[in-house]
Amino acid sequence: MKIVVCIKQVPDTNGGVQFNPDGTLNRAAMLAIMNPDDKAGLEAALRLKDEYGAEVTVVTMGLPKASDVLREALAMGADKAVLITDRVLGGADTWATSSTIAAAIRNLEYDLIITGRQAIDGDTAQVGPQISEHLDIPVISYAQDIKIEGENVIVQRQFEDRYHVLKAKMPCLITALSELNEPRYMTPGGIFDACEAEITTWGRADLKDLDDANIGLAGSPTKIAKASDKVRKGAGETVTLDPEESVAYLMGKLKEKHII
Amino acid sequence: MNLEEYKGVYVFAEQVDNKLSGIAFELLGKAKDLAADLKAEVAAVLIGCDVKGLADDLAAYGADKVIVIDDPELKNYRTEPYAHALASAINKYKPEIMLVGATAIGRDLGPRVSARVATGLTADCTQLEIGDFPLAPIEGKEQKHNQLLMTRPAFGGNTIATIACPDNRPQMATVRPGVMQKIDKIEGAKAVVEEFNPGFTPDHKYVEILDVVKAVSETVDIMDAKILVSGGRGVGSPENFAILEELAKELGGEVSCSRAVVDSGWKPKDLQVGQTGKTVRPQVYFAIGISGAIQHAAGMEESDLIIAINKDETAPIFDIADYGVVGDLNKIVPELTKQIRAAKAEK
Repeated sequence: MKIVVCIKQVPDTNGGVQFNPDGTLNRAAMLAIMNPDDKAGLEAALRLKDEYGAEVTVVTMGLPKASDVLREALAMGADKAVLITDRVLGGADTWATSSTIAAAIRNLEYDLIITGRQAIDGDTAQVGPQISEHLDIPVISYAQDIKIEGENVIVQRQFEDRYHVLKAKMPCLITALSELNEPRYMTPGGIFDACEAEITTWGRADLKDLDDANIGLAGSPTKIAKASDKVRKGAGETVTLDPEESVAYLMGKLKEKHII
Repeated sequence: MNLEEYKGVYVFAEQVDNKLSGIAFELLGKAKDLAADLKAEVAAVLIGCDVKGLADDLAAYGADKVIVIDDPELKNYRTEPYAHALASAINKYKPEIMLVGATAIGRDLGPRVSARVATGLTADCTQLEIGDFPLAPIEGKEQKHNQLLMTRPAFGGNTIATIACPDNRPQMATVRPGVMQKIDKIEGAKAVVEEFNPGFTPDHKYVEILDVVKAVSETVDIMDAKILVSGGRGVGSPENFAILEELAKELGGEVSCSRAVVDSGWKPKDLQVGQTGKTVRPQVYFAIGISGAIQHAAGMEESDLIIAINKDETAPIFDIADYGVVGDLNKIVPELTKQIRAAKAEK
């Protein structure tokens, strides 16, 4: 079985958010990490490899330094790594990103593609399902459990108040939730090998069956009109009153804000 | 693509078990605002099996037209037949704007459909309005009017971006539940109902549903709550959470908690707010007996209104609270609940 896992290098917006004195985001001070949902997707692939035997190829698109997350994935146990990097691919929205990654995946053999549900920088959850559409294969989003049965995958697909147990014939794309598992650590031997490992690097010219109209900033249907760092709001007011007055104060605020 | 052909503001009327989801009405409320600016009609696309009876409800909340796609293949949500249904409706009716809820269904359906009809999709929007793109005229560049401007948080809520889709139609967005307001119900409203069936032939993209397992636990998804009454170690004991539960009940909210509470085994993990728990953005967040370490703040500081009650006046929670009260939660919370109950009874 051949599994392709799509991963992304992201700034650690979860815990490592750093702010400048003016309240804007200090991107330079933030760590670059493997996106948590993608790491769960990789772990899921590695567990399938452990159980059924599989070749796991990790793919990322980004700046050359995104190879760091590919080496981390290799150190965890992935077999091959592909970096898609080219200046003309930069500034892509989810349509252009998914078109580009789908074109790269067409160069590979796969039975299963696993992506994270969403990246913690963009939070869109769109690229996985869009890749599946470009490749004309079924998608199962929000996977909380993945099993293989012959040529089918059996997946628990999470919804707000339920889950569906779905069966899909491979090839198929699955988007993974970080709840899926606890990703393994890199092994010392793995780290050593990963440093030496060759990473396949593809630029625009290596991607066939991809229209220039669908790549990079120019090929992105969505355009940013404006973007600004959200300035952290300062403290409001804090009062120290006796309990009765405290309640009266809170009642006043709740009424003023039309909450009651 | 002739952009002029695309007219009307359309919403995907999500239903589960043949019951319309709240997001369907919220989207209609926003669609009505947008349609008023564009002088266009509001249409709902209703997809399911035996769902035609829901059309009147959609009319009562603002739909001028309801497109019903009814087929046995559509009984439970599955990506492919639903994507085929919605993409076919878009190709036939050519809406200018297509809104979908940013739910577990919509965030799967939206990207699949947008890729199929080759347009842009903006995820998880919290604000939608009609305006110009670019926002201000730029010399040598055409400024387009009457564009959908879609605003959304990114970077874990640390940045806010406004996005347009000027050259493709429809302009598609998924919209965060609980943000848009539905209109007051118009009793007896009727919509033009059109039935449409693009044909459903199962192929390799149709997955099979082996089982539907509904959640048996009574825990709610705190991410959906509009009001959260959240407790920390300062609540003192698992039993004492009862006073928070009563306050939550009176406000129509839910109870959540800090990591310390989960680590002490007082509450289950799925109620935990914070860096290692859930990120919530309710309209009102009560932080009661929560010190408000940065890890907790990361999960709740985007809340519209933060009210903190804590006996320690140096607690960091007061740095991010809109309204803070230094005092004994055991005295304040029960009395607050009582007075809210009394205020509601007066109405």
